Amino acid sequence: MGKRLGKNTVLLDSKPHIISNAAVVGRKEGEGPLKDGFDAIFEDGTMGQDTWEKAESQMLKQAVQTALQKADLTPEDVQAVFSGDLLNQCIGSNFGLRDLEIPFVGLYGACSTMALSLCMASLAVESGAFEKVAAATSSHFCSAEKQFRYPLEYGGQRPPSAQWTVTGSGACVLDNGGGKPYIDAIHIGTIQDLGIKDSNNMGAAMAPVDVKIEP
Amino acid sequence: MSVSKDEYDKMAKEASPPSPVLKDCIFAFLVGGFICLLGQVIFDLLVMNGVDEDNSRTLVGMSLIVLTAILTGIGVFDNIAKYAGAGTMVPITGFANSVVSPAMEYSSEGRILGTAANMFKIAGPVIVYGCSSAVLYGAIIYIFGLY
Repeated sequence: MGKRLGKNTVLLDSKPHIISNAAVVGRKEGEGPLKDGFDAIFEDGTMGQDTWEKAESQMLKQAVQTALQKADLTPEDVQAVFSGDLLNQCIGSNFGLRDLEIPFVGLYGACSTMALSLCMASLAVESGAFEKVAAATSSHFCSAEKQFRYPLEYGGQRPPSAQWTVTGSGACVLDNGGGKPYIDAIHIGTIQDLGIKDSNNMGAAMAPVDVKIEP
Repeated sequence: MSVSKDEYDKMAKEASPPSPVLKDCIFAFLVGGFICLLGQVIFDLLVMNGVDEDNSRTLVGMSLIVLTAILTGIGVFDNIAKYAGAGTMVPITGFANSVVSPAMEYSSEGRILGTAANMFKIAGPVIVYGCSSAVLYGAIIYIFGLY
């Protein structure tokens, strides 16, 4: 079982191995410097669905399925999926993973959800109770704007500090079989609130957590 | 590293790029001015064609609202507003857009609980405080007989 290192960090003995991963993204992300690393780039933001929320679920489903396929696995082979997103009650994950019938752990970590799901998935593997698990997350610019800020067609000006929520989904499959890449340690952050109230400047609100890494 | 909220607020403000105020003002002035000009042109045309002034004023507002609704519906308005800022926000066009855009966005959640329940999400506060201040203003005029 893992060894504690200070207040926030746990070293993992089993070195949970990331056996496969997948990332699917929207058009804007597909034009960026990481474009060659994506498994699928969707030109159409709706992914052929009739709402942004369904589009997000569709992306998440495809990311998890792709990650499983790359490892030659089927949904029955993984014992749990740890996933979360930004939508009310994690509906992006719930509806996206509904048809795969994998035991589901819903998580909410906002922008840190991928790290959080990997932490929880690797702890599950470390515990010995799970052999293969998946970790995933998703977000969609349009569904996030709708939920947290203004409608897309609203005529407002974005301040230069405004960030864009990624349209995309990522998934990893982990097992206890060893090999690289593996998860050596996990670090659970403590809440840092330095009082930033501007919903258009999420970077400044979250940066204190990112810089306060200590064992 | 440990900083206080005030220090961090200062750091965040320094690190955040400032809005291009001069450029924003120029665009707001030009686009806002153009909308006012358009209103005046519609007004003059109506009056020239024999519509009385009171009705013409109402019709100008209605015309700009319809025009905004169409431009919002075809996805053009937000692209103009991105540059125009207050130029499109302050005239009646901003109000029209703030009603039409959530109505469109939430139409995926149904006619009643989607469109109807959410269409005043942005304009609602304006209506609440607009009506409240109108009542207050009216009461002051009534009590003190300013007219």
